Amino acid sequence: MPMLEVENIHSYYGNIHALKGVSLTVEKGEIVTLIGGNGAGKTTTLRSISGILKPLEGTVRFEGEDLAPFKPHKLVAKGISMVPEGRGIFSRLTVAENLDMGAYVRSDKAEIKVDLERVFTLLPRLKERRSQVAGTLSGGEQQMLATGRALMARPRLLLMDEPSMGLAPVLVESIFEKIVEINQEGMTILLVEQNALMALSIAHRGYVMQTGEIVLHDKASNLQTNKMVQKAYLGME
Amino acid sequence: MLRTWRQRITIADVVVWIIGLSIAFVVVYGSIKTIEVGKYNTRVWIDLTITGLALGGVYALIALGYTIVYGVLKMINFAHSEIFMSGPFTAVFLALALYKNGFWNSHPYISLLLVTLLAVTVSSTLAVLLERIAYRPLRTAPRLVPLITAIGASFFLQYAFRGFFGSGLQAYPELGFLKGTWTFGSIPVYKTQVVVIISALIMMLILYGFVQLTKMGKAMRAVSEDKEVAGLMGIDVDRIIMLTFALGGASAGLGGILYILLFPVVHFFMGFIPGLKAFTAAVLGGIGNVPGAFLGAMILGILEAVGPSLFLDGMGIAAPYQLKDAIAFIILVFILIIRPSGILGERITQTKA
Repeated sequence: MPMLEVENIHSYYGNIHALKGVSLTVEKGEIVTLIGGNGAGKTTTLRSISGILKPLEGTVRFEGEDLAPFKPHKLVAKGISMVPEGRGIFSRLTVAENLDMGAYVRSDKAEIKVDLERVFTLLPRLKERRSQVAGTLSGGEQQMLATGRALMARPRLLLMDEPSMGLAPVLVESIFEKIVEINQEGMTILLVEQNALMALSIAHRGYVMQTGEIVLHDKASNLQTNKMVQKAYLGME
Repeated sequence: MLRTWRQRITIADVVVWIIGLSIAFVVVYGSIKTIEVGKYNTRVWIDLTITGLALGGVYALIALGYTIVYGVLKMINFAHSEIFMSGPFTAVFLALALYKNGFWNSHPYISLLLVTLLAVTVSSTLAVLLERIAYRPLRTAPRLVPLITAIGASFFLQYAFRGFFGSGLQAYPELGFLKGTWTFGSIPVYKTQVVVIISALIMMLILYGFVQLTKMGKAMRAVSEDKEVAGLMGIDVDRIIMLTFALGGASAGLGGILYILLFPVVHFFMGFIPGLKAFTAAVLGGIGNVPGAFLGAMILGILEAVGPSLFLDGMGIAAPYQLKDAIAFIILVFILIIRPSGILGERITQTKA
């Protein structure tokens, strides 16, 4: 049974039919990436999975359980954490307080401490800046914070929405290294990215989206050599 | 091309600055004159300042409700003045009942405690109900809609209270142990004022501690920044908003009891002016900011108490105390000309990363 199973979902923004029957699966331990251009529906897919936008048709199942009846804030307790688009850190809270908010649904204080140390080992910059107000962090540090905050919930599935957005190439590389590291510790990751080159280089499998539909699905290594993908998303002729 | 300074200044700016400067002139000139004339001695000024602090304490507790609700919902809850009124207005019936059977005089401390508990409970419950019934269904409506609803709710509550309890004044019975003065050094201060100032201060510290240090408080701040992301963290946004209203209402209810210690009568319209002042205080301090509300309230309270005598007396204006509200609000205009976001407020526009 796949960890996450999205089956033929249709989502709308008002009258706009944004997702036209999207299906995808994520197996335990994988990095699966969802790539595609602007407005292809990648973020909408994530929003539909997390329940912020309820799909009008189709089902989203996590570990076999239908997620439709749950409000978004219930998903964290189920084991799904999200690094939202544009990072969504709480800029007036300190770094430490942001991380606290990540562990909001948990009450196992001792274990939270353990996870905090793990996050600090993985992302040492956050430890240096723990008492700083999050809004004063650089873009790269904010992305680290959003990632660390999501990990504080101790999720089994991590949804990441464009972690490379607005970052310098060298920072993108270090963020992606961290993603691989997190995955190697056993985290299952669904990664939405516009930067197809980077995303495919770390993912196991990939889905390509165009105007609300999945048009291609394959192993990441195959997608990297796929002519259509190369032309459209990797900038190769 | 950059415009020269001449082109950048608009007529509106000039008018605003002329107003600002004339206010500043009146304040400075009036104060100097008053002090020269020397009609009042230091004792009087100290008395006035303490009166101002006590008023400020009450305003602060009401202002807190405006400011935290604005923080999470970005709306001004104009019915907050009625939430403030509902506490002491309901509790007066308990107070009178206790007075009738003699309990009020035999156990004044317990009586005050009971009355306070009732007022806090009523205000808090009313605030929560109001949010649930009037505001929550409009959460996604344009911002003007809940604002108009709030004004409607304010009228509704005022006239509902009038309808049920009449439009007359109801007086609280006297509390014997709060009569008279305590002497600090050589200065006698009304006991009620001391109690009001200290209670307000303690309450504000507790509330500030709650917002800054507890998990719920942090969640409140998170919700005020970004509801969607707060939801993704597992925070039940509806519950936090409810808690915010409950907290604001409780604080207003307590403010109501402190208010009746200073002015022991209730009336269905009694919330209007203190509510407006508290809203002003919240804006003055920087709306959305808890310490700002406290600071703004204290400044407003002192301005109101000291301002008329200090600024106007020396210029020979008779009965300047009648002008206290005018002075308080003019000073407000002046401060907002200089700092539109309030004293501790952040810039309204925020760049998002």
